[in-house]
Amino acid sequence: MKTPSTAAVVIALIPFAAMCFSVSLWDRVQPLVLGLPFNLCWLIAWIVLTPLCMAVAYRIEAVHDARRRGP
Amino acid sequence: MSAAAVCLATMCAIVAVGAALGFLAGVRRRMDLEQWTVAGRGFGVVLVFLLMAGEVYTTFAFLGLSGWTYSRGAPTLYALAYLTLAYVVSFFILPPIWELGRRHGMQTQSDFFRVRYRSRCLTALVCTVGIVAFVPYLQLQITGLGIIVSIASFDTIGRTPAMALAMVLLVGFVFAGGVRAVAWVSVLKDALMLIAALAIGFGVPLLYFGGIGPMFAALVAARPAHLTMPGATSNLGHAWYVSTVLLTSVGFYMWPHSFGAAFTARNADTLRRNAVVMPLYSLSLACMFFAGFTALLVIPGLANGDLAMLLLVRRSFPPWFLGLIGGAGALTAMVPAAIFILTASALFAKNLYRPLIAPAMTDDQVVHLARGTVVVLGSISLALAIFTSTTLVSLLLIGYAGVAQFFPGVVLGLYWRRVTARAVLTGVLAGVVTATVLMLSHHDPCFGVSAGFLALCLNFLLVVLLSLLGPVRNADSGASLDAFELPAAVR
Repeated sequence: MKTPSTAAVVIALIPFAAMCFSVSLWDRVQPLVLGLPFNLCWLIAWIVLTPLCMAVAYRIEAVHDARRRGP
Repeated sequence: MSAAAVCLATMCAIVAVGAALGFLAGVRRRMDLEQWTVAGRGFGVVLVFLLMAGEVYTTFAFLGLSGWTYSRGAPTLYALAYLTLAYVVSFFILPPIWELGRRHGMQTQSDFFRVRYRSRCLTALVCTVGIVAFVPYLQLQITGLGIIVSIASFDTIGRTPAMALAMVLLVGFVFAGGVRAVAWVSVLKDALMLIAALAIGFGVPLLYFGGIGPMFAALVAARPAHLTMPGATSNLGHAWYVSTVLLTSVGFYMWPHSFGAAFTARNADTLRRNAVVMPLYSLSLACMFFAGFTALLVIPGLANGDLAMLLLVRRSFPPWFLGLIGGAGALTAMVPAAIFILTASALFAKNLYRPLIAPAMTDDQVVHLARGTVVVLGSISLALAIFTSTTLVSLLLIGYAGVAQFFPGVVLGLYWRRVTARAVLTGVLAGVVTATVLMLSHHDPCFGVSAGFLALCLNFLLVVLLSLLGPVRNADSGASLDAFELPAAVR
């Protein structure tokens, strides 16, 4: 199987870093944002930001595919 | 009419409309094996989105998340992370799986293992683990249905008869339509669920506190420890969070039905586009957290947190509205349960029984055997739902510890030539045994880390080590990976 481009993989690691590995940095109640505890608000924000990251990864993969197919 | 009658009538009307949609979808088409399970590979973007969404938003999300938010608190946040990150993983693994599926006419997950590894032992092991992992998942749906019906009847109908009734309707539903029926019922179910989630998540805090902000302000004052990990537990801290998010996000598409759903897409690009937009669907899950936290303040002290959301609704809204939510919730339990039963029975008949025990079976006989298996599996799960009790979220996590063990075999199988059938077999076996032993001996979490994740690490390590130690593949042993490469013209 063809392997994905390194750039797409690196971009896909951003949501993992933000929502998973960095938990001890954002797991707190204060400051409340829009009335929500900080940890809940952080995760909700990343549910919206993750599709943006993956849209970029999608474009990178599309270009990668086109280049692999050749002129 | 009494409140219970209004509520039950509304609920039955919604389930009846859902079931009718399912039966109608089934009548118009002749059902052969391919048609029954993958609907002729003809689904477009919208239908695949609904199909996948219908499977993902189960009783787990509806009752389980609000229940754990109520009883455990912040550790439940793992669900928001894993349901988002699972799609990031799917972006990289589903398109190549789909391409292999189309080239080799695959319908199920074990077809993938059979074609890639050409080992009957491994295929049989994967099938068996898949079928067994379905049982807690199915038990979760049936337990949820029982909770919904008994609360909607204002405690006049016992949970056991309610679950038995649901099982009968479910089996009829599966026989009549297969996957296409499931996809159309998902349309109704998803619309209702979204309305219900928004009404509960925003409406209930508004009713009691004047909004979500004031509700959290009251919670911060009353129960601040509930809002950060480990919440109301002693052992679900940050290490548990990271390990559980990793386990479940890689395990998500390892469920045989989710893996199989990838084969129903029209093309690989559909799957990649879905992976980009699907996380947005889990935004609605935030409402389940609002509901669970509000319930903690309004109706504290429940022994079973899984009842919290529906009891909160019953206390706050008129009976017809409880009926509406109960109906949506019932479909939410039935649609995924239908998919699980279908997938597990197809797995048993086509991938386990025929190849190992009766190679001479015709396709027609396989369909009959699959239908018989539907009834048997339904009965086993019903019996477990009646005689055991575990929280809904814990049931799901047990299943995940099992299916996530397929991940090394799938991802390395796609991208690494050297991985061997023997290595994957050893890895899956070691992973499943480790997870089972740790859980049964009450060592989950183990040193603060999810037991399933420890098992997965051991599994990964074994697969890589044994593959490196194994013989370098020569041209005629094992699967030829070159056969997997698509010609450039097709892409």
